[in-house]
Amino acid sequence: MQAVMEAIIYVAEEPVKAEQFQEVFPEESPEAIRRALAELLESFNARPGGMWIREVAGGYRMTTRPEHHEQIRAYLKTRPGAKLSMAALETLAVIAYKQPVTLAEILAIRGKKSSSSLQTLLERKLVCILGRKEVVGRPILYGTSREFLIHFGLNSLADLPTLEEFAQMAGDQL
Amino acid sequence: MQSGEDLNQDFRPETEAGGLTIRLDVFQGPLDLLLHLIKREEVDIWNIPIARITEQYLEYLEIMKELNINVAAEWLVMASTLIFIKSRMLLPREPAPENAEETEDDPRTELVYQLLEHQKFKNAAEMLFTREEVENAVWNRPPDEVLEDGGDVIAVTLFDLLRAFQEVVRRFESQRVMEVAQEEVTIEQKIEDIRKCFLVHDQLQFSSFFTAASSKRYIIVTFLALLELVRLREIWLFQQQVFEEIQVSRIKESA
Repeated sequence: MQAVMEAIIYVAEEPVKAEQFQEVFPEESPEAIRRALAELLESFNARPGGMWIREVAGGYRMTTRPEHHEQIRAYLKTRPGAKLSMAALETLAVIAYKQPVTLAEILAIRGKKSSSSLQTLLERKLVCILGRKEVVGRPILYGTSREFLIHFGLNSLADLPTLEEFAQMAGDQL
Repeated sequence: MQSGEDLNQDFRPETEAGGLTIRLDVFQGPLDLLLHLIKREEVDIWNIPIARITEQYLEYLEIMKELNINVAAEWLVMASTLIFIKSRMLLPREPAPENAEETEDDPRTELVYQLLEHQKFKNAAEMLFTREEVENAVWNRPPDEVLEDGGDVIAVTLFDLLRAFQEVVRRFESQRVMEVAQEEVTIEQKIEDIRKCFLVHDQLQFSSFFTAASSKRYIIVTFLALLELVRLREIWLFQQQVFEEIQVSRIKESA
C-alpha cells in the first residue's frame, strides 16, 4: 500500500488527501490508511534524497528539498518567480489572522488603503470571498484560500504562529 | 527589514506605466514611517517624544511634496493626529485621581496601541515572506500541460474579458453582412450548446464561440452563457500570456 501511495503522491498535481487514498483502498480502514501514510512519510523522509513528502493544505505532496534550490534553478534556468510585495504580504497577514474580515477592518489595522493589495491577492487566488457581513452596507468578508496554504507550505491555518508571538516580538522591537 | 539611513535613501523613484510616479518603497503608510522614526531615534514606545517625532514626520511630508509625490489622505490624517496629540500634551493635565493609572489619560496611548498592532502584523508579514522564500525553493511535479506548453497560464481578469468582448463586437461590426431575421437563441440554449462543444473538446479559443455570430444579440447571449458557465465552475478562462487570445477550457471533474 505504501508503494502505491508514494506513486500517487508523485503523480498528483495537488496535495493528496487521506480521503482520496480511501477511494483507492476502499477495503482499508481509515485508521490503517493514516498509519500507512505516517509510516511512508517517516521512511521516505528519513532517506537523505532529493525529494521529500510534506503535509500541505490537509494533504500529502512530494517536492524537492529546499536545500537543492540553487542547482535545480541552474538546471531549469529559471529565476525565482514573482514574489508578493511587502504591502500585499501585510494585507495577507491581516486577512489570515483576522478572517473573516472586511476591507474597512483591514484599513483600520494597516492605517492605509489596501484595495490594490487585496486585488492582487484575489487575482492570485490566495484570498477568497467568504460572504457578506450582516451590517449596514453588507460589506464583503475575505478569508484565505486553500491556495494560500499551498503557497506558504502550510498544512492548516493552525500551523501559523499565534498572533501573541508576533505581539511579543513587536513589544521587544519597540 | 530595510531601513534608510538618511532621508534620501528612503525614497526610490520608480517608473510605472502611465507616466513617472514616485513610490514610497519603504514606507507603505504613515504607520511605517512613524515606526521607522521611533526605531531610528531609539525612543521608548511608551514615552514617545511627540514634538520631535511630529517635527520629523512633517519633514518627510515636505520632502514627499517636493518630490511631487501624491500624498494620500491617510498621511495628512496622521499628521493632524500627531499635531492634536502634541497640543494636548501641552495642556496642563487635570490632577489625576489617586490610584488611577497614568497611561489612562496619556493622549499618546491610542497611537501606541495602533503602532504595536501594526508592528505585530508587519512581523506576521515577515514570517509569510520567509515561508514564501522557502516555498520558492522547492518544486513539485508540474502538471503535464504546463510541461508541454512550457509556460504558466494566467487566469483572465475582468478587464481582459471585457477587452476580448469588445474585440469580438468590433470585428462583428466591421464585417457585418446583411442581417436576416432568424430564430434567436436564449442563454439557456447557448449554455447547452457550449456544454456540447466541451463534450468533444477540452479547450477552445474564446473567439471561436463568436465566429458564427449573426447578430449583436447572439454575441451578447454567447458571452453571458460563457460567464454563467464560469460561475458554475464548468469552464475556466485563461491566457498563456498577457494580451494573448483567451482560451476557454473545460474544468475536469476532480476526484
